[in-house]
Amino acid sequence: MAPLLAIEDLVVEFRTRGGRIVALNHVFLTVQAGETLGIVGESGSGKSVLCRTILRLLPTPPAEIKGGRVMFDGEDLLDAPEARLRQLRGTALAMISQNPATALNPVWPIGDQITEGLRVHGRIGRREARKRAVELLRRVGIPSPELRVDEYPHQWSGGMVQRAVIAMALAGGPKLILADEPTTALDVTIQDQILALLLDLQAASGMALVLVSHDMAVVAETSDRVAVMYAGRIVELADTRTIFREPRHPYTVGLMQSIPRIEGGAGRLRPIPGQPPSLADLGPGCPFQPRCAVASPDCATTPVAPVEIAPGHWSACLHPERVGALL
Amino acid sequence: MLLLDYILGRLAQMVPVIIGVSLIAFLAIHLVPGDPIQIMMHGRATPETLAAAHAKLGLDRPLLIQYGRFIGNAALGDLGTSIIQNAPVSGIVGEKLGPTVFLLVFSSILAIVIALPLSLLAARRVDRAADHAIRLVGIVGFAMPPFWVGILLMLFFGIYLDWFPISGFGKDFIDRLWHAVLPSATIALFLAPILIQSLRASMLDVLTADYIEVARAKGLGEWRILVKHVLRNALIPVVTVLAVNIGWLLSGAVVVEYLFSYPGLGSLLVRAVGYRDYPVIQGLSLVFAVLVIVVNLLADLSYMLIDRRVLTS
Repeated sequence: MAPLLAIEDLVVEFRTRGGRIVALNHVFLTVQAGETLGIVGESGSGKSVLCRTILRLLPTPPAEIKGGRVMFDGEDLLDAPEARLRQLRGTALAMISQNPATALNPVWPIGDQITEGLRVHGRIGRREARKRAVELLRRVGIPSPELRVDEYPHQWSGGMVQRAVIAMALAGGPKLILADEPTTALDVTIQDQILALLLDLQAASGMALVLVSHDMAVVAETSDRVAVMYAGRIVELADTRTIFREPRHPYTVGLMQSIPRIEGGAGRLRPIPGQPPSLADLGPGCPFQPRCAVASPDCATTPVAPVEIAPGHWSACLHPERVGALL
Repeated sequence: MLLLDYILGRLAQMVPVIIGVSLIAFLAIHLVPGDPIQIMMHGRATPETLAAAHAKLGLDRPLLIQYGRFIGNAALGDLGTSIIQNAPVSGIVGEKLGPTVFLLVFSSILAIVIALPLSLLAARRVDRAADHAIRLVGIVGFAMPPFWVGILLMLFFGIYLDWFPISGFGKDFIDRLWHAVLPSATIALFLAPILIQSLRASMLDVLTADYIEVARAKGLGEWRILVKHVLRNALIPVVTVLAVNIGWLLSGAVVVEYLFSYPGLGSLLVRAVGYRDYPVIQGLSLVFAVLVIVVNLLADLSYMLIDRRVLTS
């Protein structure tokens, strides 16, 4: 079956005063209908740029889509005219943004914002919209939604607003939701509630979910497959079980070892040494090479591309066989 | 109730401001050389008549006592009697207040009607030709002094095209609107660039907010985003600019009213200063102060209508 979303060879650059920055470097991905794909990586690895490119929300300029395809449901979003994109956004495609405190417009009631997409896409009238808003708020677990639908964002807590943002994403009955760090700005206890809610809703509706996170633990709990991003590239991609048991990229191992464990104590925490590279001046070789424990001299000079080392398991490492030694 | 407390508190703040303004106005006008009786008598008053007139009007008393009397009477609603017109100041000022408020409201509306679409267009096409053109025209408009713009408007629309009257006030509402077009346009052409500049800046600021991207992700078009999600958030700084400029507007109105022989507070003030009609000048400065304070209070209250968060904080 053809995947719902298939990204091939996507290259996105930013023009800045300091020169051109390759924000997405030959990115490839597939998402099956109903699947959850986790995308992990440090800040600046290109996760958010990827989400915005899929929705075509990147401001161009400064961004520039240099190549590739983003096939969604049989249609290349990079070729789609703006009118078609507007039609897809808020219906088949939805986004959940990172910070609930700023995701809703402070001057309009919450219910109004949740169903605005539906009203604009001409599907329902005002009265029907209010009813739908109440239903959606009930679905995301807001108590007595009929009383709260007309309230304003500042009257709600961060966790509740994030539920409202999720309700907003659900409104159009999407086939794919892009959740860009949906829990990062929330308290730990609320984080788990929101993740559980997302997975419940996904199970109920059969939509696919792309869950972006910098937190390996969040992805481990929720995703069917995981893509690891570094310096604008996909460096490893596999199903969740494989990637945790048999990682084949040293950066993936580094991310896993920076998850704190209860039994380990602070001594077991092994941060990745060094800083992510500046995207403005990357050498010809592997971008992770300066921080890598198993790098060889040729890593700095030989260009690396992701290779399918086992069915469905991709790694962009010259020496994937050395990675096991790091565990 | 919280809101009522707030309004009462703000009104109480008016008292020291009004005392300060009236004191400064009182002292300033007495520092200016010239004597109302001499001006009235074209400098032919004898020392005896002068002294008698001064005694009658209380102008021979020490300044402090004169001021105390003025403020005491003003508190009771009596602004004194015009030396020149020999009529109560409150009546004279009250009669001219309506036309000036009419002029200010009309020119504010006109300025908003000009500024709103232009700043929306500028924000939509930021850093492109339309934006640059709007900003350039705005700078030119702002740089032209109102009295000169007024004369140009008079010459072109009043005399050359003969579309609008160039002086007077009018009889009924429509006729008054008719007469107010050119003076209002003069003020609006000065005010609109300020509004465009601040609206454009605050809209560009709001455009970077997360909820704008969320709105785009819902599939909304850019114009809808501007009008529904940006404009309302961008209005608050603009209301502030309008309110802050009301003092400016009043002084602008003084010149413009005089230019168009428009019978408002401005023309009255110019004449009163010319005649050293102390009670009228003092009464006017009081009215101007109250106007500025009330407009600023209304601006603060309107924030609550625009953004519900203000109400709760």
